[in-house]
Amino acid sequence: MIWEIFRQERKGQPFESAGSVDAPDAEFAEAWAREQYGRRGESVALWLIPRDAIHTVDKWADEFELKYRRVDGYSIKARLKEARERASAGTR
Amino acid sequence: MAAVEVPHDEQAFLAYVQGGGQVETTDWLPEDYRRKLIKFIEMHGNSELMGVLPEREWILRAPTLQRKLALTAKVQDEVGHAQLIYRVVEDLGKPRAQCLADLVDGKAKFHNVFHYPTKTWGDVGVIAWLVDAAAIISQKALLKCSYAPYARIMKKICWEESFHILHGRDVILAMVTGTAEQFELVQEAVNRWWGPLMQFHGNPIAKEEDPMYQWRIKSQGNEEARQQFLDGYVPQIWELGLTVPDPKLRKTDDGVWEYSEPDWEELKHVVTGHGPCTDERLALRQRFIEQESWVRDIVSTA
Repeated sequence: MIWEIFRQERKGQPFESAGSVDAPDAEFAEAWAREQYGRRGESVALWLIPRDAIHTVDKWADEFELKYRRVDGYSIKARLKEARERASAGTR
Repeated sequence: MAAVEVPHDEQAFLAYVQGGGQVETTDWLPEDYRRKLIKFIEMHGNSELMGVLPEREWILRAPTLQRKLALTAKVQDEVGHAQLIYRVVEDLGKPRAQCLADLVDGKAKFHNVFHYPTKTWGDVGVIAWLVDAAAIISQKALLKCSYAPYARIMKKICWEESFHILHGRDVILAMVTGTAEQFELVQEAVNRWWGPLMQFHGNPIAKEEDPMYQWRIKSQGNEEARQQFLDGYVPQIWELGLTVPDPKLRKTDDGVWEYSEPDWEELKHVVTGHGPCTDERLALRQRFIEQESWVRDIVSTA
């Protein structure tokens, strides 16, 4: 049984994928993972997750070009310039 | 900005990895890429596993308790690296048991430096310092490997290797600041290991012609790695008053190291299973695979 290991380096930091171990149950998985990722105090916490339990999402439909949801979907430079020019010319 | 899709076509895939793209186990991988990955990563795993044997021989003979513990820790690190690496190979389709069987049957390779004897404690120091230094140069270049699961475990491996180099330097410094005999043990070990060290990064094939570079499994060429090794470590050797057994060795004005042509025939001969300790070490590995099979049986049926 393959267990994916995620380790947290310091309290408050995100858990990061660090590798995997092959172990028959959680007890063995913990023993292996402690040896691999914790014997120098390099992790404050580990998540051991059976690989089969991970639901991966890696297909992204982009039919609608979701640019309006992102900063790169907005180009305000030209409009800002025009607005400033109008304001200083007193045409507003 | 659509999500990046890994191309499902060999040529496009090649362009993708050459442009710095990385892939996951679940992505479509060209057959040739998968085969090359398995070959390369398996050899790395074999080298970690076989690399502990020259040092293991000295655990019982280490000069102090501190050294004995440090060496034991290092051996544990390397075996741990082998376990992580074989997991990556396994996910690519080759089971660990098959890797081990091919290793002891002499069908798979491991690094040239692990085919040689560890004559004295000076050799242990030189292995931990210079052999590990040469290895870490190759390994750091794998942090950018196009196969992301391998690149990710290299982070941990490189981190632990940096401790190994320091441990090696500490062993060497203790000896070069000790008695004349101790200094001589280090010099003799440098003389013995220089040839294999110069062969370690492989023949100077142009990186564009190296399939491992083409697929961006490696991110640097062989000669690039060797130059980096020479540049980093020859000055460190010289500053301790040690010499390098190569009269042609020098750094030219344009910053390139010149050296005598390494013995490529010896390299080929050794890595194809004809090194001075190849048979003995593979026999030991074989013995332990058999001896510990009951552990695997118990764990796999737990």
